[in-house]
Order: sequence, then C-alpha cells, then structure tokens
Amino acid sequence: MSAPAVVGLIVFVGVPFGYAVVLSFYNVRLGSPLEPSFFGLEQYRRLFTDPDLSGPFLRALLNNLTFAVFVVPVQTALALALAILLNRKLKAIGLFRSLFFMPVVFPMALVAVIWRLILARSDQGMLNSALDAVSFGNWGAFDWLGDSATAMASIVVLSIWQGVGFQMVILLAGLQQIPGELYEAAELDRASRWQQFRHVTLPGIHSTLVFVAMLTSVLSFRVFDQVYVLVRGGGLDEDATRTVMYQAVTTAFDQNNIGQASAITVVFFLIVVVLTLIQRRVVRPGNED
Amino acid sequence: MGTTPTPLRRFMDYAVLSVLASVFVLPVIYLFLGSLKPSDEILNGLSGFLPTDLSFDNYSAVLSSLNSDSTGYFWRFMGISLLLAFVVVTGGLFVNSMAAYGLSRLKWRGREAVFTLILLLMLVPFESVAVPLFYMFNDQRNTLYILALPFIANAFSVYQFHTFFRSIPPSIEEAARIDGAGPWRTFFAIIVPMSKPAFASVAILTFLIQWGSFLWPVLMVSDPSVRPLPQEMSVFQGQQPPDWGQILAFGVLLVLPVLIVFAFFQRWFVQGVASSAVKG
Repeated sequence: MSAPAVVGLIVFVGVPFGYAVVLSFYNVRLGSPLEPSFFGLEQYRRLFTDPDLSGPFLRALLNNLTFAVFVVPVQTALALALAILLNRKLKAIGLFRSLFFMPVVFPMALVAVIWRLILARSDQGMLNSALDAVSFGNWGAFDWLGDSATAMASIVVLSIWQGVGFQMVILLAGLQQIPGELYEAAELDRASRWQQFRHVTLPGIHSTLVFVAMLTSVLSFRVFDQVYVLVRGGGLDEDATRTVMYQAVTTAFDQNNIGQASAITVVFFLIVVVLTLIQRRVVRPGNED
Repeated sequence: MGTTPTPLRRFMDYAVLSVLASVFVLPVIYLFLGSLKPSDEILNGLSGFLPTDLSFDNYSAVLSSLNSDSTGYFWRFMGISLLLAFVVVTGGLFVNSMAAYGLSRLKWRGREAVFTLILLLMLVPFESVAVPLFYMFNDQRNTLYILALPFIANAFSVYQFHTFFRSIPPSIEEAARIDGAGPWRTFFAIIVPMSKPAFASVAILTFLIQWGSFLWPVLMVSDPSVRPLPQEMSVFQGQQPPDWGQILAFGVLLVLPVLIVFAFFQRWFVQGVASSAVKG
C-alpha cells in the first residue's frame, strides 16, 4: 500500500538528490558534444576561489543571508503582533483573519508583478506618489527595484507581505492553546498587559515561536520566484538580489553548466539541512511536554 | 483576553486592525481596480485608486491577444494549470494517504526503515533536486506528465496523514477485521470517510503550492503549448512596452481560482496550515 508513494519519493527525490552529489564531481554541460568528465572537487574549488565564479556565488550567499537576517526577525515579530491582535473576541475578527491571510494564496509570480507597479521607478508609481503627497512634493521619482541600495529591501518587503499571514495563522493556533485560566490568574495577581505577555504568552508559545522562526529561515533560504520574475521583467538590480537558487538555475539553464549548478545545489542543501536540524533540536524539548 | 474590553479599547482595536488590514488589502484592491482601468491610468499616482473609467476591456484584450498559435491561448494556459493541480492533488491524496496508512496501521517488515527514509526525504527541499531532475528528464521537456509526476508523492503529505491516522483508535479497525474486511476495504470504507479533515487540509495545501508552482516549469517548459499560468504571467509581464491594464487583468485571472477556493474553504485553509505546524 505504501509502495506507490515510496517509489515516487525515491525516483523524484532520493535518486536526484544522490545524483546532484555525483554530478557536482563532474564537468557536465548540457547540449555539449563532450562527454562528462570526472572533475573531483574542482566545481567546489571554483565556486569558492575562482574569482569569476566565486564573486557572483559568494554575493548570492550574502544576499540570501541578508534576506534571512531581515525577513526572519521582522516577519516573525509582525506575525506574532498580528496573531495577538487577532486573538480576541471581537465582531468581524474572522474577516480580519482572512484579510491578513489572503496574500498567502497569491502566487509569487503575481505578487512580484503587483509590487513592481507599487515600487515603479516613475514619479507616478504608487509608493513614490504617496511619499510625494506626504512630503508636500519634495519627493521625486525613486527607482526602488533598480537601485542597488533598496533592491533587496524591496524583495524583503514584498516577501513579508505575502508570507506573514502563514506564520500568523500558526502562531494564532499556538496562542489558542494557552489556557485562559493562566491569564485570569495573572490578572488576579495584578499583572500588567506587558507582564502577562512576558510571563504567560511568551512561555506559552515558546516552541511554536521557535518553530515559526526556523521555518521562516528555511523558507527564506529557498527564495527564488520573486527574484526571477523581477530580474527578467521588472528592472530589478540583479547583483543585489541574486540568490543561491537563482544562481543555480541560471548556471544550469543559461550557461548549461550542470556540474557547477549541482555543486551550488549541494551547498544549498547542506545549509538547509543544518537549519532544519537546528530547528528539530531546538523545538523538540518543548513538544514533548 | 480575560476582561471585557471597554468601548474605547474596542474602538482602538478596530482602528489598529483596520490600518494594518489596509496594508494587506490595498495592493489587492489596486490589482482589481487596475485590471478594470485603461492602462495609462494605472501608473498614474494615487489616482490609480479612483474607480473611474471601469470596464472589462482589459480582460477581453488579454483573451483576444492570447488567442493565436504565435502568442499562445489563454484558456490553454489555464487548462494546463487546472489539469496539473487536479492530477497532483487527487493523485497525491491517493498515494500519500495509502502510504501513511500502510506505515501507521499495518505491520510489515522494514516498516520502520521506510518511515525513517520518508522522514529523511522530508528534509530535502525541491529546490535542491531541481537541477539533477532537470538533467535526468531533459529529454522529457515540454511534456505535461513530467510537470506533474515529481509532485504527486510528497513526504510531507505522508507525514501529515500519518499523524492523523495514528490518532484513530485501533478498536474501529478490529471490528472491521472481524467482519472480514481486508486492509484495502478497511482503508477505503472506514478510514478515508473518518479522515475528511486530514484530506481537506492536505488537498488545500497541495493545491495552493501547485497553483503557484514556478521553478519547475521555468526549467522544463519552453513550448507555450504546455506552459502553466504562473510562468505565462511572468512572460506576459515582461513584454515591452508593458500594457499594465492587461497585465493586471491577467493577474486577476491567475488568482481568481485560488481566491474562490479560499472563500469557500477558508476554515480548512487556516486549520490545515495551523495543524500541520503545531503537530509537526
């Protein structure tokens, strides 16, 4: 009974994963008449030391890191704030929950397009004209996506916009598992709202919070769609936003260099696996009680 | 929380919630309004929000401009996306629930080893196998089945079903066994009907991810006749000069199916997301 799924997983996940490791030791080019040749660790050496290749690759790693460093804390904190706001008995609270969650169902290819318009470089772009209005006409056209200083920030903002509802829902479920009596007891002890938050809410959702933060870091490392869509069609600064997955795809696809792309993929996987293992280790003690 | 909020406090709550909600809703309103406006009024500062000059012209323009062999057919892109979503969701429900049943309720040799393998495969994100898969199936490019097949068996779905099935009391199956039902019959006649919530949440998450699927078609599809919708969206928005009205109309058509599903199954969406996390 388990066979079809197990076979599927081995063929489409297990085998290609092993294959990635093998390919990364070879010089394989797509559509080249040359047979693949054994390359040893050469692909990895180039990735980290050959100036032509390591430059863009290390930049991509750095971009991923920058993305995660901003997205993980900001998105988690924002999701927590929203979850707390939504965890009350108010009329229409269900409507608000759906509104915050709505962007999660939007495909990233579309989110990128909507934000391409909001951040458009002309003075008629939505953000620029809003800033123009509040600054009484002192704000001109600014190229948010094309300027290397703000390109990554733009990707961070649109990614948080799309993803925060997902984290919010998880945290909301965590909040609802905190027994109400704990708050009543805290209130009898005259704990302020802040003290209730510190001593009841935070410990109550500690493991959920850690889970959400780690999940966000794993997901943030996989960022690809929005960068690809906006670099190809929306005037996004490529150097400032190229991520590891973007690098792997362009290496495999535009340069037909499968061996190199596989090495990038293996490095990518190792990073994700380390993040996941940290997550398991950190979350487990909280889950067992 | 514990106390009854005062009217002022309640008003403040609504005010804060509304301001925050507008951040999430305004871009969506902008998308819908823009799709109904002439293109030159969309990138036109804050007046992009004024509901003037509304018409469905952009929609008919998208449908007629994507209506030839050279530009592709809109309904075909949509049909391909719907077909892929249908195959991946229903196929996935079948094989992953069966796998989870075998792993959680039946006893056989090697069961523990297979389950451990599935837990390990859950660690592998699709991105890290995309390049070797692309190389392995390079001669299958531009076929529909290669777009669907890699996503049907899904370790995370197996895990979600496994968690759910473990909570079903064994006595229910024992009664079936005494009545002479084999494992298949027990599964389809008893376990599946009992597990609707698990099926619903796995179906919704799978549908959501599959509908937005982008990386794999980017690698595997160059021929517009098998191109799914999100990838066509990215091609369409890259045209020079961009026709914003049509691009936004295209975007609305892209998101409408998920929004409709979302509107009907909202509670399942939220529960599905939440349960997969809190139990995981």
